[in-house]
Amino acid sequence: MTQYADGITAEIVKEHGLSEDEYAIILDRMGRAPNMNELGIFSVMWSEHCSYKSSRIHLGKFPTTGEKVIQGPGENAGVIDIGDGQACIFKMESHNHPSYIEPYQGAATGVGGILRDVFTMGARPIAALNALRFGAHDHPKTRQLVSGVVAGIGGYGNCVGVPTVGGETNFHEGYDGNILVNAMAVGLADADKIFYARGAEPGQPIVYVGSKTGRDGIHGATMASAEFDDESEEKRPTVQVGDPFVEKKLIEACLELMATDAIAAIQDMGAAGLTSSSIEMADKGGIGITLDMDKVPQRETNMTTYEMMLSESQERMLVIMKPGREDVAMRIFKKWELDVSVIGQTTDTGRMVLTHKGDVVCDMPIAPLADDAPKYDRPHFAPEARAQISANDVAKPAHMGNVLLALMTSPNMASKAWIWSQYDRHVMADTTASSEDPSDAAIVRVHGTNKGIAITTDCTPRYCFADPFEGGKQGVAEAWRNLTAAGADPIAITDCLNFGNPERAEIMGQFVGCVEGMAEACRALNFPVVSGNVSLYNETNGIAIPPTPAVGGVGLIPDLDKRAGFGGMRTGDIVLAVGDTHGVLGASLYLRVIEEREDGGSPPVDLGIEKANGDFVRGQIRSGRLSACHDMSDGGLACAAADMALASGIGIKLAHEGKLPMHGFLFGEDQARYLLAADKTDAIAILQDAKADGIPVQVVGLAGGDAISVNGAHSLDLVKLREAHESWLPDLMSANEIAAE
Amino acid sequence: MKSAVIVFPGSNCDRDAHDAIERVTGRAPDMVWHQDTALPEGTEFVMIPGGFSYGDYLRCGSMASRSNIMPAIISHAASGAPILGVCNGFQILTESQLLPGALMRNAGLHFICEKSPLIVENGNTRFTSAYAERRDLIIPIAHHDGNYNADENTLDRIEGNGQIVFRYGRNPNGSARDIAGVINENGNVMGMMPHPERAIDAKHGGTDGLALFESLLGRA
Repeated sequence: MTQYADGITAEIVKEHGLSEDEYAIILDRMGRAPNMNELGIFSVMWSEHCSYKSSRIHLGKFPTTGEKVIQGPGENAGVIDIGDGQACIFKMESHNHPSYIEPYQGAATGVGGILRDVFTMGARPIAALNALRFGAHDHPKTRQLVSGVVAGIGGYGNCVGVPTVGGETNFHEGYDGNILVNAMAVGLADADKIFYARGAEPGQPIVYVGSKTGRDGIHGATMASAEFDDESEEKRPTVQVGDPFVEKKLIEACLELMATDAIAAIQDMGAAGLTSSSIEMADKGGIGITLDMDKVPQRETNMTTYEMMLSESQERMLVIMKPGREDVAMRIFKKWELDVSVIGQTTDTGRMVLTHKGDVVCDMPIAPLADDAPKYDRPHFAPEARAQISANDVAKPAHMGNVLLALMTSPNMASKAWIWSQYDRHVMADTTASSEDPSDAAIVRVHGTNKGIAITTDCTPRYCFADPFEGGKQGVAEAWRNLTAAGADPIAITDCLNFGNPERAEIMGQFVGCVEGMAEACRALNFPVVSGNVSLYNETNGIAIPPTPAVGGVGLIPDLDKRAGFGGMRTGDIVLAVGDTHGVLGASLYLRVIEEREDGGSPPVDLGIEKANGDFVRGQIRSGRLSACHDMSDGGLACAAADMALASGIGIKLAHEGKLPMHGFLFGEDQARYLLAADKTDAIAILQDAKADGIPVQVVGLAGGDAISVNGAHSLDLVKLREAHESWLPDLMSANEIAAE
Repeated sequence: MKSAVIVFPGSNCDRDAHDAIERVTGRAPDMVWHQDTALPEGTEFVMIPGGFSYGDYLRCGSMASRSNIMPAIISHAASGAPILGVCNGFQILTESQLLPGALMRNAGLHFICEKSPLIVENGNTRFTSAYAERRDLIIPIAHHDGNYNADENTLDRIEGNGQIVFRYGRNPNGSARDIAGVINENGNVMGMMPHPERAIDAKHGGTDGLALFESLLGRA
């Protein structure tokens, strides 16, 4: 007979997302039946979102250390060494479920949450990026979701004064029922002034700072750990509401407090709010905590312990101070007109004890909450391998210029200026390259130096769906390539692993394949994972999203005078392709847009070639020979050439000979390739270097004129291309303008 | 030249303003907290930076215009000293009635961030004299509420007085008569939506904002 405390039933346990087996473990660890508060705390701590119970055993496969890694996964964000005593701190996180239900607030609080992860560690946030995936552009909900998400990201990011410098936006019917909003933040700190969640000792005061606690977001973590159905809209009250003005004050106040020597440990209140922040700090310090719930600043009256512990009200932090230093926090937070309250003490009991109105309302051991959280090795199987498709297997189109126009105006390739023009990309006055600039990576200068942090987000879900392992490799390789094409030394990645329901072996197979592929690429490219996030259950009525392991890559440009972009091509420049072109068309953009099919294998990624070609290109960038450099990805050589031509305002006369069909040459998505432009003298030197180094480089075109053409035919006029490329998204969004809420 | 930058809760261009002033004048400005009631002794130039003071709650710039430091700024303005408000600073100056007109929500209802063509309409102010014969600039804008408006009589008057200092080359927000920046009748208080402090460096935003700060130096 299962044991229940007063007022708790099997039904209530189930509503908390806990299985019978999990409840049995709780009974064992507690030594009695949990009360409602304790049940709620177990529920959120053991939710997929907080415990990573389905993913943890696989995440261990990632390489997480390296010469430049100061802090890998396990803290609020990853930390890398960028030299001169400075560190770069970054992380990417999903806010998918809330953004679908309430796009403005879901996206806004996603930005707020990821910024807190970064400044919690002592970093001033210097850049934000967003990887967004929406459903089909003509799905009835898409425009409203785009409008709301973009307004939410802008509304929050613009106000806090952190430039939103890059990201990506894709449309695919696979996201019709579950959009993805992955927000990334990057910060800068002195390497010897990093703050951690670990470090608390018994007998230290626990200080609550920031906004008051309300009833918003209760069970948000549990919601994010379940799939959607037709009633998902009813979950709207579980979405939190953000206040970027408070966040801005919180950033300044926290950085001011961190400049003093008063903090033992600090943690933001994110998913599962007060519960997870207090438990994580206690667990990492191996200590206990007591909290007096009457001292928690409350926005509403008659709040219960259960509500306060599970609230996900935004813009709150929990700080464990060095004893006797509470006054420092009081002074600073009052100056910034933020709530501040000493709400408890650390203890040596290893237990979490909560009191409310004089009663002990929760008394439970901490270790099981974190360490004994369930960990599942869920069944998984890899999808059946798909045959490769080469250009010889695909009908040759009549006019390549028309194909190029169709690709460049397809939803994923069309200009996203409508989106990024709504984000402040210039505040802080260090943005060297952002979405508006012809650069494969965003670049933010390290304040007061001539060094730059290069940042990119990447993932090709088509490839991951076709072949999770190769697709996982490809996402990491493309992020590495983007940083390289900007002239950076790639250093490390963060990731945001978005998948469907892990209880289905097929989905778990996608997850495992992608993780293993990513891990292999990270090892080969010396590009470790330092932080990340897993978002599962992205499905509605049993239909899962395409596997989408988004990669956020970070690199360093040691000298900003030696970098590259793809907008500097000049008339008369020779256009060169680095890397071999075999015309791989499986799972390509070409197949999707022109043939309306997505079959075929993912393009194979040879990591040795990837590294050799990339290192060669980076060397050429630093030698100053290149007028333009662009990686080749979606849409192959022709789309890279089109980007370069549009950004430079000059046409390209492409030349192709040999056995490879022309559409394979132009649109094949072979990996490890770059398009370069250089004047004749430099081009000769590049070809000589390439020969000496054994790197495949060939001349593919000549810059000039006002069209892109191939072998003197198939011409696409640049003015026509630009007009169509730039008008696609504004036309979509204004077809029936929907005001953002 | 001794300068001060006013910091409100929610200001977010204060550091950029600080750096631009320091770079051009060679002297770091004092950062003055909104709760203060006086400017530091000897302050000449005051800059009210961009951002979202008080979260833009109530109305952009409205709450800041009633903060503790404002009486000191109003009397500083009356003394004839130079005061520049950029973006949210411009909104605060109109809310304080140190400048005519008001800034409404952008006509397109969206926040707009772009490197905007800007025309120097009056090169004979203490904020624009260093532009000499240069008239066409590129200066970044980033705002949600930059749609300048005033009644027709006021617009005619400031137009006639040469108080329209900057106009947009490509009106991004619906501003009346393409107005991007205005100055008071005395010629010592100027507000503008574009951000000159984001245009002082070739690696970021270009250098078209430098001459604005250099102009101030010429007269100080």
